[in-house]
Amino acid sequence: MKLSGWGNFPVIDARIHSFRSEDELRGILRETSACIARGLGRSYGDSSLQREVIATGQWNRLLHFDDRTGLLHCQSGVSIADLLDVFVPRGWFPPVVPGTRFVTVGGAIASDIHGKNHHSEGSISSHVPALDLMLANGDIRHCSPEQDAELFWSTCGGMGLTGLILRAKLQMRPIETAYIRQELRPGRNLDEILAHFEDSSSWTYSVAWLDCLAQGRDFGRSILMLGEHAGPAELSHVNADQALCLSAPRTINTPITFPNFALNRLSVRAFNSLYYYRNKSKTGTSLQRYDDFFFPLDAIIGWNRIYGRRGFTQYQFVLPRSAGSEGLATIIRTIGGSSELPFLTVLKLFGSEQPGLLSFPTEGYTLAVDFPITRTLFAFLARLDEIVQGYGGRVYLTKDVRLSAASFRSSYPNAERFAALRHNNDAAAKFSSLQSERLEI
Amino acid sequence: MTQVLILGAASDIGRALAHEYARAGSNLYLTARKAERLEADCSDLALRYGIQVRAIEFDALDFASHSTLYSSLDPAPTGVIYVAGYLGDNEKAQSDFSEARRIIDTNYSAAVSLLNLAAASMAIKRTGFIIGISSVAGERGRGSNYYYGSAKAGLSAYLSGLRNRLAASGVTVLTVKPGFVATKMTEGMPLPPLLTARAEQVAGAVFRAQQKGRNEIFSLWYWRPIMAIIRSIPEFIFKKLSL
Repeated sequence: MKLSGWGNFPVIDARIHSFRSEDELRGILRETSACIARGLGRSYGDSSLQREVIATGQWNRLLHFDDRTGLLHCQSGVSIADLLDVFVPRGWFPPVVPGTRFVTVGGAIASDIHGKNHHSEGSISSHVPALDLMLANGDIRHCSPEQDAELFWSTCGGMGLTGLILRAKLQMRPIETAYIRQELRPGRNLDEILAHFEDSSSWTYSVAWLDCLAQGRDFGRSILMLGEHAGPAELSHVNADQALCLSAPRTINTPITFPNFALNRLSVRAFNSLYYYRNKSKTGTSLQRYDDFFFPLDAIIGWNRIYGRRGFTQYQFVLPRSAGSEGLATIIRTIGGSSELPFLTVLKLFGSEQPGLLSFPTEGYTLAVDFPITRTLFAFLARLDEIVQGYGGRVYLTKDVRLSAASFRSSYPNAERFAALRHNNDAAAKFSSLQSERLEI
Repeated sequence: MTQVLILGAASDIGRALAHEYARAGSNLYLTARKAERLEADCSDLALRYGIQVRAIEFDALDFASHSTLYSSLDPAPTGVIYVAGYLGDNEKAQSDFSEARRIIDTNYSAAVSLLNLAAASMAIKRTGFIIGISSVAGERGRGSNYYYGSAKAGLSAYLSGLRNRLAASGVTVLTVKPGFVATKMTEGMPLPPLLTARAEQVAGAVFRAQQKGRNEIFSLWYWRPIMAIIRSIPEFIFKKLSL
């Protein structure tokens, strides 16, 4: 059947295999040559695309939960949405959540996802005490930071290229309510927003929305969103016994794939101005449902269709802190001066790097920019790659659809060590995605 | 408290039904030929919905074991769902009666044996529900799967008779006739997407129909008019079609 990532580009013909038992998975591995695991298909580009795809949707059981310690054991196809539905009412929250709740635990580990709490809590691999992996030959290996650490740190952030993640342990965090105390701080320009980030490191959650197209005095204008799990005393509008319960989220559908011309310089500029002034007026503290705070875009089902048939991609990179303001300014100016359309842009300050060999986050600033795909976009992004790498930065593989193998090798220092491990346990011949073929991983 | 017995719970539809009833707060008995296949489901269902689940190893074709199994269930089920099914190999069944028999026994004889027990127990208490997962394949025999189809036709007729017999006692009987369903049983078959349901869709429709006390449902619903048309084709034409 036709298959694509969240960016709707590329679209390929793939055969999808699903499994319900380890034996069934072993059988699939025996019969397929090049295959890749796929959870909910939310990686943007070609990370979960291959002619043979192993879907983990049927492999989604919760296996054990210790309600004293918050340690969860589950199969890899369990989604973050499942975890929220089951555990928020009991007072537990996933340690790291991305911008959508529609990702699986296996996919989250393979991408070593980060959330708005990266500066305070690290990426998800910091909260995974152990996992089970099925290797190319069908053997199952239990690995953790203590046991078979090289395999563990290759698998966290390893894009599904070391084997198929079967089960994982996840350390959940206790919460008292389902609400987030949010504070909005507008930054009138880039320097101001970076200063806000430096001043807000004590907050658990922080992220900023940024207007890439603003110029002059407004260059880099942003809204910083800070968040903290709210305590019961802060809830004046809810009964104490309802503090952990939310009604079902309100959602709307994207009824059609938008025509390609719907997004143009005018509409993008208007949207960004509107967004800035609307939120600037809401500056200050408020109480938000957790889903509104973490997953605002999940309310619009199929929002990727507004980018039209050509699809879109997200360019997410990180620059070391030392490159800071100068590096970010250079890149934002290059984007603003191009003919490409930066629709949604998100800025965040990452905390220190984790040991995952191909993990993306490293201490510094990360910027994620959504672009509709045009004939000129990839050449433009290759130019951005050069600037990013010039400052010692790199791009996030989970969002990528067009990076070159040379850029990958020069910006991911553990690329060779990763390739060697893949070669040694025969993973290279069995597990590959269109992305890993392109990047020659 | 409802206590639901799902016979054939390791199947995709069985598993989806377990989630439907657990979400509504029912405790569950789940059966499969190998109980170890249900271990993860038991912990999953108990964790998600805070209910009690028991896995039971049980072979539908071991007829002698049926009454022992049923009487060992304490508390007795207030609802019984027969999901077990075997598509089999139609061509093999033409020359190998053991294959034909396996198809007939799994889809029909075993259901009769087990649902007889359920009906007897529920008739005494004058409450409960029985659900049989039949198939649109039972609506008319087709050259490509008439062993399966005839067994399902038998099951549909049995359920209809059982419903008639139990109507006065307050026990409800629901016949479910799914069309194409994307499950392990149909994996790799080229099914038309518009006519193919997900197991979760079927389970949701079954749960709602049972709660309303309905008699028979198709899933997806538009299989009902489709099958009405297929049933109305005159036999002298039907026999020449390649189906």
